[in-house]
Amino acid sequence: MTQVLQNRAAAGAQPAGGQKPGLQQLRRFFQTAVELTMNAVFFLCGMVAVASVALITLYMIASGLPAIRTIGVVDFLLGQVWASTAADPQYGILPFILSSLAGTGGAILLGVPVGLATALFLSKMAPRRLAGPIGAAVELLAGIPSVVYGLLGMRILVPAVSRVFGLASGACLLAAILVLAIMILPSIVSVSITALNAVPPEYEEGSLALGATPTETYFKVSIPAARSGILTGVVLGIGRAVGEAMAVIMVAGNVANMPTSLFRSVTFLTTAIAKEMGYAGGLQRQALFSIALVLFVFIMIINAILNFGLKGGKEQ
Amino acid sequence: MNENLPLKRRVFNAAAKGCVWAAAFAALALVAFILLEVLIRGIPQISVALLTSVPSVTRKIDGILPFILNTVYVVALTILIVLPLGVGAAVYLNEYAQNKKLIRVIEFTTETLAGIPSIIYGLVGMLVFSQTMGFQTSLLSGCLTLVVMVLPTIIRTTQESLKTVPQSYREGALGLGARKWHIVRTIVLPQSLDGIVTGCILAIGRIVGESAALLFTAGSAKKLLTGVKAYTRSGATLSVALYLYAAEESNFEVAWAIAAVLLVLVLIINSLAKLTQKTLKRRDA
Repeated sequence: MTQVLQNRAAAGAQPAGGQKPGLQQLRRFFQTAVELTMNAVFFLCGMVAVASVALITLYMIASGLPAIRTIGVVDFLLGQVWASTAADPQYGILPFILSSLAGTGGAILLGVPVGLATALFLSKMAPRRLAGPIGAAVELLAGIPSVVYGLLGMRILVPAVSRVFGLASGACLLAAILVLAIMILPSIVSVSITALNAVPPEYEEGSLALGATPTETYFKVSIPAARSGILTGVVLGIGRAVGEAMAVIMVAGNVANMPTSLFRSVTFLTTAIAKEMGYAGGLQRQALFSIALVLFVFIMIINAILNFGLKGGKEQ
Repeated sequence: MNENLPLKRRVFNAAAKGCVWAAAFAALALVAFILLEVLIRGIPQISVALLTSVPSVTRKIDGILPFILNTVYVVALTILIVLPLGVGAAVYLNEYAQNKKLIRVIEFTTETLAGIPSIIYGLVGMLVFSQTMGFQTSLLSGCLTLVVMVLPTIIRTTQESLKTVPQSYREGALGLGARKWHIVRTIVLPQSLDGIVTGCILAIGRIVGESAALLFTAGSAKKLLTGVKAYTRSGATLSVALYLYAAEESNFEVAWAIAAVLLVLVLIINSLAKLTQKTLKRRDA
């Protein structure tokens, strides 16, 4: 009650008894000033994200374009040889682009079925006692730092790959795909669960009433009904896989090969930057920024699909 | 009931069910394997000496004290800067903004920030903070880079929590003559404190695990840094140090030890986030 009274007095809704009118006015003026200031402060906070995106885009373009101009768009994007430290340096990033695409595609191919099945299990089929621990476990996967995945990949997965397939070194595209598939699992699972939970129960009840078994209902009614949400999860997963650097650099072998086989050592767009940025100078360094620009364009396309393509689809 | 189904449907049912259970258990087994593997390999390498010494190549001493401290420094300053910014942005979106188009632009850019890979944050942070603004390769440059990176996390969780504050609270205060900032300060923000705390915890988790954005902004120095001056120097956090030890020095004893420390931190952070989220849900109900 006292709080309320104080509030009233503070807001100046009622003249507090015994105060001089001049003081009252001053107080109101002061309060209006505070209100206006806070309004501006919150507005500025809101604009930080906008300014950051603008700044990042500007810097990416400004630092990425010079090398592309020097090297030539076609030679840069479609050149098959990256030899940045050779006497006659060549800067073709097609191997990186294709490796990134192959790695991401492979991770999606492996991760999506497992993730979707896990989501279906957690959303519809799991007994209560199992849903808790498995859900928590999947959430934990999202929190594990990428360098820890990288270390596990380097010391356990890579030797295992080389043993199983009889390779001299197991650091190859396949190892990167396996690590990425695990890393994108949590985003696919959590987004798919949300989508599956949002399927109207009438759809499922109708299917059950028509004689379909629960399993048939989940696969033939729930999943199709939730497909736009599931697709969002897949696109999020693609974004994570394309952008991952540290885990990939530790398992992919980092040779600028074309990804012609699962067992070749490859370099992704991200790892090409991370590997050479530490010591690069001159045109080589500029070319690394150009690689980042290409990566940035990929990510912005994925973002646009997420924000416009999929959301628009949901509203329809 | 199942016995009456035709064979084809029975096979489909059994196969589909089997696949789903198998996938779920594969996920569970994977997490268990990762946890056990890291802890079994890492914990035997951890000792009081390792946790409290500064690494030295000449004296052949392994230690991760500087990396622990750097991680604490980076988390502290980043949260200190990003918290007011992120909460402020969320308050603006939820309480102040009137222009729907502007709201959409801010929300779109926030989503965009969340999708940008950390290696790009590292590069832009290097260009903007280390070079253009002249902070060099330092913990400060690293912190500022991370501020932009974790901003979406804080904005989103705060916004969600602001939305759970009943509209009638605001209307009641408005009816009593309170003004906007007064309402935000005394009613809205205290009511959504647990959401803000959750956002903080999630952000700390991301900062602790980040490496690509810090490698070129905060650098990889292994010296012990103390005091405010630490922010002007280059230093590796735990995650960056793990990468350096594993990929560049092939010193896997230390790498596994750091991995175990990181994993324990992640476990703690995860359970704290769960706890605050639970209180948030309880209040909703």
